[in-house]
Amino acid sequence: MHISIAAEKLSTVFGLPITNSLIMSWVAMVTLIAVTFALRRTMTLVPGRFQAFIEVVFESLLNLVDSITQDRHKTEKFLPLVLTIFLFIITANWLSLLPGVGSIGIWEEDTLIPIFRPANTDLNNTLALAIIAVVAAHFFGLRSLGIKKHIGKFINVHGPIDFFVGLLEAIGEVSRVLSFSFRLFGNMFAGEVLLLVLASLIPVFIPIPFLGFELFVGFIQALVFAMLTLVFLTIATSEHH
Amino acid sequence: MEAQELVTQAANTLDLKSLGAAFAIGAGALGPGIGIGLLAAKAMEAMGRNPEAAPKIQTAMILAAAFAEAIAIYALVVALIIKFI
Repeated sequence: MHISIAAEKLSTVFGLPITNSLIMSWVAMVTLIAVTFALRRTMTLVPGRFQAFIEVVFESLLNLVDSITQDRHKTEKFLPLVLTIFLFIITANWLSLLPGVGSIGIWEEDTLIPIFRPANTDLNNTLALAIIAVVAAHFFGLRSLGIKKHIGKFINVHGPIDFFVGLLEAIGEVSRVLSFSFRLFGNMFAGEVLLLVLASLIPVFIPIPFLGFELFVGFIQALVFAMLTLVFLTIATSEHH
Repeated sequence: MEAQELVTQAANTLDLKSLGAAFAIGAGALGPGIGIGLLAAKAMEAMGRNPEAAPKIQTAMILAAAFAEAIAIYALVVALIIKFI
């Protein structure tokens, strides 16, 4: 049984390593883009069943985002980023439950190096998503509040207590990056290790409830990441009380 | 590398590394477990008092439970690092 925290490198392209989790995130991207193009071509005013399903997902997430931002204009600005993060993470998580992920691989001196590994079990992947979320919050905050008011939240010279509060907020931004990435990484990696250990102990019938639990956890983690990104975007674009 | 590990493990009859990993996740899951339990209890009480606000309370509860669970995940990551690195 081969468990490693770091994703295994399969080959290099122009000096950059290609890991098995990178291949899986490419598969997730291709899936999402293919569904988008398939939907665009057959989009009608009176929707068929698949289009109606996508519209239900879209509209429920729109209402959820509306209930947190309380402002339709902000919702329309934030919805693309939040929806993309949600759809990418949920696609990557659910694709990792298909048979073949973690089991098809290359034998290398009596350990199996899998070709596919769930995209979010790689800390690099989740760290990239977390950095995108935090940098986007700062970007939106700068654009809607202006430089002085945004920097004024963190470097506050009106008094000693305000200065320390601003410093703590700045440290909080770094801890936010770490907490986003480790929450997603820990949940997905623990789920993958659990399924691996179960499959190596009792591969028949027992993994079924755990696969169901992994479905649920994948959905919840995508939702939590997207909702937390949205909450921090809203906080960054609202005035300092 | 595997032979060296077996030799050192045979030399120390106390497997402290595995004990450390087990203790990390065991103690680390206590706090968040109690925290999420309290959270859900208060959320159910609030929903019982005001069933109309149930969707809002449910959304906020899931968000806060994810925050609390993240702490347990940090403990799990430490346990995994001890065990595998």
